[in-house]
Amino acid sequence: MNASSQPLVHISNVTKTFKRGSEDLHVLAGLDLAVQEAEFLALMGPSGSGKSTLLNLIGGLDRPTSGIIRIGEDRVDQLADRQQAVWRARHIGFVFQFYNLLPALSAGRNVELPLLLTGLDKADRRRHVAAALAAVGLPDCWPQFPRTLSGGEQQRVGIARAIVTDPTVLLCDEPTGDLDRKAGDEILTLLQTLNKDHGKTIIMVTHDPHASARASRTVYLDKGRLSDQPSA
Amino acid sequence: MKFLPLVWAGLKRRKLRTTLTLLSVFIAFMLYAFLGALREALSGGVSMTGLDRLIVRHKVSLIQTLPESYKARIEAVGGVAAVCHQTWFGGIYQDPKNFFPNMPVVPGDFLAMFPEFVLSDAEKQAWLGTRTGAVVGRVTAERFNWHIGDRIPIQSPIWGQPAGQSQWEFVITGIYEGTKKATDTSQMFFRYDYFEEARQQMKGQVGWYTVRIADPDQAAQVAAQIDDQFANSPYETKTEPEGAFAAGFAQQIGDIGSIVMAVVGAVFFTILLVAGNTMAQSVRERTEELGVLKALGFSNNLVLIIVLLESSFIAILGGCGGLGIAWLIIASGNPIPALLPVFFLPANSIVSGVLCAVVLGLVAGALPAWQAMRLKISAALRRGG
Repeated sequence: MNASSQPLVHISNVTKTFKRGSEDLHVLAGLDLAVQEAEFLALMGPSGSGKSTLLNLIGGLDRPTSGIIRIGEDRVDQLADRQQAVWRARHIGFVFQFYNLLPALSAGRNVELPLLLTGLDKADRRRHVAAALAAVGLPDCWPQFPRTLSGGEQQRVGIARAIVTDPTVLLCDEPTGDLDRKAGDEILTLLQTLNKDHGKTIIMVTHDPHASARASRTVYLDKGRLSDQPSA
Repeated sequence: MKFLPLVWAGLKRRKLRTTLTLLSVFIAFMLYAFLGALREALSGGVSMTGLDRLIVRHKVSLIQTLPESYKARIEAVGGVAAVCHQTWFGGIYQDPKNFFPNMPVVPGDFLAMFPEFVLSDAEKQAWLGTRTGAVVGRVTAERFNWHIGDRIPIQSPIWGQPAGQSQWEFVITGIYEGTKKATDTSQMFFRYDYFEEARQQMKGQVGWYTVRIADPDQAAQVAAQIDDQFANSPYETKTEPEGAFAAGFAQQIGDIGSIVMAVVGAVFFTILLVAGNTMAQSVRERTEELGVLKALGFSNNLVLIIVLLESSFIAILGGCGGLGIAWLIIASGNPIPALLPVFFLPANSIVSGVLCAVVLGLVAGALPAWQAMRLKISAALRRGG
């Protein structure tokens, strides 16, 4: 997707303003960010600093009030709703803090969900799901339902779902936020492996310095602006 | 097809609620089917009437009789192909609760006029050869366990005792079948010549005439000619298509169609609210899950279709299940042959029932599906987190 030396994710002068009653809430104020291909970026900041908002904008879940968001060659901020959905399915893998698995579907079916939007037949889908579950270290959990899995295992299934289509960018919103230290470490190790061994570009929102230490770079967001150092 | 597991998962999410909603729809459509069969039973004669048949009755009311001599005068009217008469006998078998329609007719005229009543040649010959012979429909024969050759005593509160006898007595010479499901096989017909000879009052009078016309398009003109012929006589007539006559007869009970439609309408409206509420609750509870699907790349339209498929599944499974079970029960037999001469679920009721189920599913799911489609992903995920 990114054949040149340009950053894979290019964010330029992005603002995001929410309406709260009659009041305008400026969450992001002229923000610039570049993320290289195969980079593992940690995005830190206090609650309400706009981390998740930025992640949503990069993932095409929301639109900026102004500014440019380019992923590879695609201007994400200019895509229509339907185009955004197709683009997300092809280029973005989401990992959520609370796993967000569908409780009525087995682990395998959960991982298969993004593949339903592709033209793959059932046999190919099963092969991809098996590969993704193997990649996260849960090759045998296909038939298990989320309620029978531990938090760490559910998050692994969530990561398998995020990588099953081999997306361009993996967006992780506090992926260890709901896990104990041991399970959190395992998830972080898995993300590092995906980054280093498979060249996955990862952008991870976290509160946890222990988690951000696993990333190749950390940026800090506060009061709608980014910096390389935490604010005092 | 590949999205069906997702639809199924949505339904399985709250099994009890889905089951109860399915049951509600199931019961509603069973009721719909039974009411459809009831409506057909109470007004079935209307659908079985011939387009080329007119009924000539006394202008004042059906219970007023007409002279038998009118037959020849009606036959002489241009466009009339055949004429036969019937008279309400009101006979009772053993007990007043054993009601069934019975009428004296002229066998040859009658069988030519009503080809929907099927007798074997042997039965016809036996009827023509037996002065006290009667033919009875399959439903009534089975109801009273009558067989060919049985002698049936009948009392008539209207006509009293026959001359020289304590009660009317008929020999069953045939058991007729109907050419169609809706053919009324609850009636008994016996010979007019025996009736005319034996009755002790109102001799030479008949109840009404059935007239076959050569050209159904000329029905209005022929009816007018018949009525004109008897205008200003002591027995003025009212001639109308057989369908209108049968409908008027059925409406003596009430406007069956309107009553059934009112009940079915109220039931379906309630079920629409129940199913709509179920889907709305289901979508509300799954806000986060729907947000996840959209985040994964499911388009707004796809989410809308998934929710509509869920509601349609409930409506169609429950609806078709209810129709199917009702059809089986109805097909197993008439529960009250004394009151319902025919009892079956018409094909058009089944088709309209299936269509109702589809519409119910789509309408019940429309608003929740629209809400799911409009759901903003970031808001949905925030609500979940």
